[in-house]
Amino acid sequence: MATQPCFLTAKEYIRKITTGEVSAMDCVSSVFERIRKVEDHVHSFITLTEEVALKKAREVDNKIIRGDRVGKLAGVPIAIKDNICTEGIRTTCSSQMLCNFIPPYDATVSQRIKEEDAVIIGKTNMDEFAMGTSTESSYFRPTHNPWELSRVAGGSSGGSAAAVAVGETILALGSDTGGSIRCPASFCSAVGLKPTYGLVSRFGLIAYANSLEQIGPITRDVYDCALLLSVIACYDPKDSTSVNMPQKDYTRFLANDVQGIKVGVPKEFFGVGTDPSVIKCLWNGIEKLEALGASYEEISLPNLAYSLPAYYLIAMSEASSNLARYDGVRYGFRVDRDDLDWSEAFSESRRIGFGTEVKRRIILGTYALSAGYYDRYYLKALKVRTLIRRDFEKAFRKFDVLIGPTMPIPPFEIGEKINDPLAMYMCDIDTVPINLAGCCGITIPCNFVNGLPIGMQIIGKPFDEEKILRVAYAFEQNTPFKNNRPSL
Amino acid sequence: MQTKKLGINGIKIGLEAHCQLTALKTKLFCSCSANYRGKEPNTLVCPVCLGIPGSLPVLNLRAVESTIMVAFALNCKVSRRTFFFRKNYYYPDMSKNFQISQYDRAGGIPLSTDGNVYIHVDHKRKKINIRRVHIEEDPARLVYTGTIDTSPYTLIDYNRSGIALLEIVTDPGLSSPREARIFLQKLRSILEHLGVSDGGLEGAMRCDANISIVGGPRVEVKNISSFKEVERALNFEIARQKDLVSKGISVERETRHWDETRRVTISLRTKEEEHDYRYFPELDLIPINITKSWLTQLQSKMPELPDARRIRLIKQYGLPSYNAEVLTSDKSLADFFERCVKLGKAPKTVSNWLMTDVLRCLHDLNLELTEAKITPEQLVEMISLIEDGVISGKIAKMILWDMIKTGKSPRLIVEERGLVKISSREELESLIKQVCEENPKATEDALKDEKAIHFLIGKLMQKTRGRADPELVDKLIRTHLTLMKSRI
Repeated sequence: MATQPCFLTAKEYIRKITTGEVSAMDCVSSVFERIRKVEDHVHSFITLTEEVALKKAREVDNKIIRGDRVGKLAGVPIAIKDNICTEGIRTTCSSQMLCNFIPPYDATVSQRIKEEDAVIIGKTNMDEFAMGTSTESSYFRPTHNPWELSRVAGGSSGGSAAAVAVGETILALGSDTGGSIRCPASFCSAVGLKPTYGLVSRFGLIAYANSLEQIGPITRDVYDCALLLSVIACYDPKDSTSVNMPQKDYTRFLANDVQGIKVGVPKEFFGVGTDPSVIKCLWNGIEKLEALGASYEEISLPNLAYSLPAYYLIAMSEASSNLARYDGVRYGFRVDRDDLDWSEAFSESRRIGFGTEVKRRIILGTYALSAGYYDRYYLKALKVRTLIRRDFEKAFRKFDVLIGPTMPIPPFEIGEKINDPLAMYMCDIDTVPINLAGCCGITIPCNFVNGLPIGMQIIGKPFDEEKILRVAYAFEQNTPFKNNRPSL
Repeated sequence: MQTKKLGINGIKIGLEAHCQLTALKTKLFCSCSANYRGKEPNTLVCPVCLGIPGSLPVLNLRAVESTIMVAFALNCKVSRRTFFFRKNYYYPDMSKNFQISQYDRAGGIPLSTDGNVYIHVDHKRKKINIRRVHIEEDPARLVYTGTIDTSPYTLIDYNRSGIALLEIVTDPGLSSPREARIFLQKLRSILEHLGVSDGGLEGAMRCDANISIVGGPRVEVKNISSFKEVERALNFEIARQKDLVSKGISVERETRHWDETRRVTISLRTKEEEHDYRYFPELDLIPINITKSWLTQLQSKMPELPDARRIRLIKQYGLPSYNAEVLTSDKSLADFFERCVKLGKAPKTVSNWLMTDVLRCLHDLNLELTEAKITPEQLVEMISLIEDGVISGKIAKMILWDMIKTGKSPRLIVEERGLVKISSREELESLIKQVCEENPKATEDALKDEKAIHFLIGKLMQKTRGRADPELVDKLIRTHLTLMKSRI
């Protein structure tokens, strides 16, 4: 049976469209058909932009008919996480606070994918302001895992990952502050890459913790991941933290070859709380790589033990400041009552406009930055961050990549952890160190346990995306998991 | 008794001056026009200065250069590496509810520290220490109907939001409101000589002041909206504190607001209610490295500053030190002076006219020299009219007012108002005759006592509205009286 257009990879899709084998219109239509069929079960999207998408598809078709040059993502449907600004398209951060916010400008990544002729099909569900690991803190509704609908899709980019996995889109963008791309990609059996801090412009990404986060691709295979990364990774003078490096075509580094690759396996990634089934899948994966010619060694990154508290202190502190602007004055949700003075109106707008998890993080972050606590919490967390970075630097002097699980457990049940914040935070144990260290990391499908996806995380030193993509590609080429489809 | 000694000497004043870098074309962190005065509200705005979600600041390096030049001028140490901090607090004029500023604690490094300025008070030189000079962004402008207390609503104009603002902080080494004014005048003159800030523009230079009287706690007075207001606000505050002490009430450590309309300070918040600004690094901006070559390049751009200019004026034009001090305390005044001299007038004459009559007229009209319509060419013309005997000095003083207000040429004013000096012997003789006839008693007195002549001269001047040539009148009256005497 021929693959439905909605399950094509971007690479196949672009070939079919540019050769005139199929039209972008037909393909985009088929994606929306798929959305109509499964969206009620999955809830990947907050906003769908079918009209704009079909218009863009027609434009691309016309270009091809006329023989005009088309972009690198010609006609490919792409879903964008709802914390990335899209001009004229509502961007909510899954919060009541921004449920009516229509950005007056495009994020740099939105602009770039438009320039490369991608078709934006909608904005995806997420944890409110990207604060969460399950997409349950969305103001709208949780996203369900396509592999087992009673389970979470992971978070915070749950909508993007679920949409990719279930064929509601071909490509997606997510953002990753402490695992928000890798976690849902792992839970949904997709490929997700957290770029090195500074590789992709954050201009237009609505900030949660600005020193940690990056926008990155979520796709169905490694090639597409490299392709989308090549489009979004570029120097941007509008983001002072963006690094000025020549642009690369990451697809050129993909090789079915890990001969001589040295893999470090930090034992901290397999510690208490890691599900035995995850450990088993991971070791199978590592042995597979060894069989393909890589070598591995178990190592220790001792300071990883402190990464969770350091991460949460830094992220919450930054969040308390980043989210201060939501006061109802200029945009967004506003309690407008004549009996309130400005200060009361600010408080009331924030009390109602923000959800529980967001308020929890703002309050804790405010506390950590307060006079008398700053040194004890924030500064200390920064010191830990430096130590963690050094652990990684040291490891990368010897190893090409580090490998561990993306998530310590398989996807959990919706509702299982939402009222237990600490248990939820614990799920980030394997992803946050990468953000703290400013490294890059990719998750790829590594196996299934009882029908639930398990992801393998491949970590690279800063700006060595090409190597983690190459190892991921080789692994993918020699394992069958990419071809599994949810039964929906 | 301690209270009896409460004099000028027990007063400690420290200033925090805020000066906009008005010479910059664009704002501090975005490319919006910085020329906001007189513009339609909220038209010079963009996502960055409005704090729209996802926007990021990009530093205007010209602002850094201007600040370094100010630091040079104030003999400050310029940091080789500096970065920005966020100052977190909620207020309706804030677009992000944090201000991007700099900080000297918690690991922060302001752009420059430890400088000094010499001021001249009652012919004595006094050194005022500068703690730091740093850059920050100006908040939006709040517009009330009536006063802050009674306004039923507040309008916000974001055109000012993000304007580059210098913060210049002194030690509490100023010991009177007058010294504070003189210091700020000097500061303004320095900034104007550097060409970085035009203090004549509304709201371009504002300040907060810390003030304590003998042994008392520090009270902060905020919202002093111009350098002119400083003396007034501080005098009020000293009187208030002295009044409390004399009544046996202790002064409280607090922050007060200067109400310009009612000319009083009102309590804003007490020590317990002080903001905790939760300063922490602004990680959307990268640290600025200030290289040696950059410093050298800026050093070479330094123009002549008021102190050097004062010395030059003394040497070049033979001006008394006091005159040179007054002239250089205002760049426009010194420029005006030098222009007049270039046009060929004697330095001393020009300086006398400027320092007495021109300054008095400006003061009475409450104008800045830059706001006045008079040009150096016109003042020179006026002096020529006196020198050529066309008008008397007295007439000159009369028409100066008109010249400053209207910008008309002195010759035109003189002609329009029929103010040409009466130097005709015949005409004056006949007038003298008339005056003597009209004042027989006074004439009689004058015949006996020479001093009484002045009354007759006065009468004659009255009759001619000051147009009579005083020297000639004096001579002719004496001749007339001698003649009368001889007839008796």
